[in-house]
Amino acid sequence: MILYTARRLVGAAGILLVICALTFAVFYLMPADPAQGACGKACSPERIAQIRATLGLDQPLPTQFAAYLGGIVAGRTYGSLECGFPCLGFSFQTNQPVWDALTSRLPTSVSIAAGAALLWLLVGCTAGVVAALRRGTVWDRAAMIAALGGVSLPIYLTALLSQYVLVVQLGWLPYPREVALTDDPVGWFQSMLMPWCTLAMLYAGVYARITRSEVLENLGRDYVRTARAKGLPEVTVLRRHALRPALMPVVTIFGMDLGALLGGALITESVYGLPGVGKLAADAINSADQPVILGVTLFAAAFVVLANVAVDLVYALLDPRVRTV
Amino acid sequence: MSLLSVRGLTVDFPSGVRAVDGLDLDVEAGRVLGVVGESGSGKSVTSLAVLGLLRNARVSGEIRFAGQDLLSLGPKAMRALRGDRMAMVFQDPLSCLNPYYPVAFQIAEAYRAHRRASRKAAHALAVSMLERVGIPEARRRARSYPHEFSGGMRQRVMIAMALCLEPDLLVADEPTTALDVTVQAQVLDLLRDLRERSGTAIMLITHDMGVVAGLADDVVVMHGGKRVEAGPVREVFHSPVTAYTRGLLDCVPRVDGPLPHRLPTVEVP
Repeated sequence: MILYTARRLVGAAGILLVICALTFAVFYLMPADPAQGACGKACSPERIAQIRATLGLDQPLPTQFAAYLGGIVAGRTYGSLECGFPCLGFSFQTNQPVWDALTSRLPTSVSIAAGAALLWLLVGCTAGVVAALRRGTVWDRAAMIAALGGVSLPIYLTALLSQYVLVVQLGWLPYPREVALTDDPVGWFQSMLMPWCTLAMLYAGVYARITRSEVLENLGRDYVRTARAKGLPEVTVLRRHALRPALMPVVTIFGMDLGALLGGALITESVYGLPGVGKLAADAINSADQPVILGVTLFAAAFVVLANVAVDLVYALLDPRVRTV
Repeated sequence: MSLLSVRGLTVDFPSGVRAVDGLDLDVEAGRVLGVVGESGSGKSVTSLAVLGLLRNARVSGEIRFAGQDLLSLGPKAMRALRGDRMAMVFQDPLSCLNPYYPVAFQIAEAYRAHRRASRKAAHALAVSMLERVGIPEARRRARSYPHEFSGGMRQRVMIAMALCLEPDLLVADEPTTALDVTVQAQVLDLLRDLRERSGTAIMLITHDMGVVAGLADDVVVMHGGKRVEAGPVREVFHSPVTAYTRGLLDCVPRVDGPLPHRLPTVEVP
C-alpha cells in the first residue's frame, strides 16, 4: 500500500513536469512578446530591452524553463525584484505575484466546487439509484428526462436565467458577491446558492445516468443472485452487493470533476462575477497576461493530477483487487 | 413423502420461451438426485425456480418443499427458507462470489441472515466451515478475497457458504463445470463426504454423466424442458428406456470397452 502510494505520487510529479514544459513552450513560443506585454503601451525600445533582460527573455528557451522551474521550487529574482517560493512570476497587469493572486482567489473556487459537488453527488446518485431500482416506471423516465435536461442546458444560460429570475424579478436572493464563510455565513450561503445549483444541475445529470447504468449492470451480476440465494434481506442485497460496486466508476469521475473544478469554474465564476480562480483565468486571457495564464494552467493541472492520485488511493481502499497491483 | 416434490412445473419467459414444460421430479430426504440434459434443456431454470430466484418469469405448477407449497409463499417466507433450509451452489464460483468482501464475511453474512449471532461468532463459524470444506490454514485464509483463491478453493468456499446453516436441500447447479478435471474430482469427493456426514439431500444439476454416476442415487433426464426419463441411476444407466437417454449415454466416451471410431452425437427424438 505504501509502495502503491509512492508510485502514484512519483507518477503524478512526472506528469506535472510534462504539463509544465508543454504549457511553458506554448506560451513562450506564441507570437505575442511578453516584454511588450509587461511594459504596456507606448514603450521605448530601450525599456523593452531592459525588461527582456530582467525577465530573462534573451536567454535560450531551455534556460528560461529551468529558471521558471527553479522559481517554483526555490523562488527567484527578476533583476532586483524578489519573487519568493513558490514563484510563478508577476502579473503584467497588476504586478502582483501570480502565486498570491491564485491563493487569494482559491477560497471562492473551493466554496463553489465543494458545495456544488456535495449537491450533485446527493441528487445525481440518488436519482440514478431510484431510476435503476424503478426501471421502466414513471420515476425512471422522469429522472432520466431531468438528467438529460441538466446535461443539455449550458451554464451560461442557466446562470443568467437564474440570476434574472431569482435576483432581478423575484428578489429572493442578493447578487452573488465574494463573502468569506467565516465573516458572514448567511451571506456566503446566499451568494453561493445559485452557483452551486447551476453547476450541480450540469453534473447531477451525468452522475444520474452513470449511476443508473452501473446499478442496473450490477443488479444482473452473479454475486447479487448469490446474495439472494443466501436469503439476505433485499435491502442488504442492494446496499451491500449491488450499490457498492456500482459506485466505483462514480468515484473515478467524481475525483476528476472535483479536481478540475477546484482549478476554477470559469464560466460560472464569470457569469456570477465571483472572483475565483476561473475568473482570474478569464481576465488574464482577456488581457493577455501570460504569467497569470501559465500559472492558472499549472495550478488547475496540479489539482486534476492530485485528484487522480486521490482517486487511485480511494480505489485501492474500496477494491481489494487493486491493492495487489 | 419427498423432501422436494415438483409437479407440472412450467416456466415461461416474457420473450415467449417456455424453458420448462410440465416437469415432475422428486428429491428424497438425504438422497442425491441428478438432473441431466444438454444445454438449454431447462435444468438451471428448474433449480432457480425451486429457490424462487427467477425474476421476470411466469412459474406455474407445484413445488412442494417439506410439505409447503413454495409458489404460494410470499417473498418474505421464501427468503427465510433460502439459505437456511435450502441452499444453492452455482457454476462459476468467481463471478458468484462478491470480489469486494473477504470470503469469511460472505459466509458469515449468510449465517447472520438467518440466526442471531455476533460478528465474531459468525466469523468463527465461517472459519470452521472453511476448515470443514478443506481450506488449508483456514484461519488466515478467511480474510482473503475471492480473487486470491484458486477455482477449486472458490468452489469450496461456495459450498461452505451453502452448508453453513445445514440446509435440508442443497441445489448444486453444475458445481464442477467451471473447474479442471482433478479439481472436479476433489469437489465431488467433498460433496459426497458432506452428504454422508450431514445427510443433506442434493439436487445435482449437470450435463456430465460421470458426475451423476459418481454421486447421484436417482436421476432425471431432461430434454426441451420436459422430463424424458427418471429412476434410480443404476437402472437408467444400464437399461435406458427412451432413445434420447440412450443417445445421451452413447455420447460419453468410455475408458473400458472398445473405442468407437467417432463419438456419436445426440439424435433429437
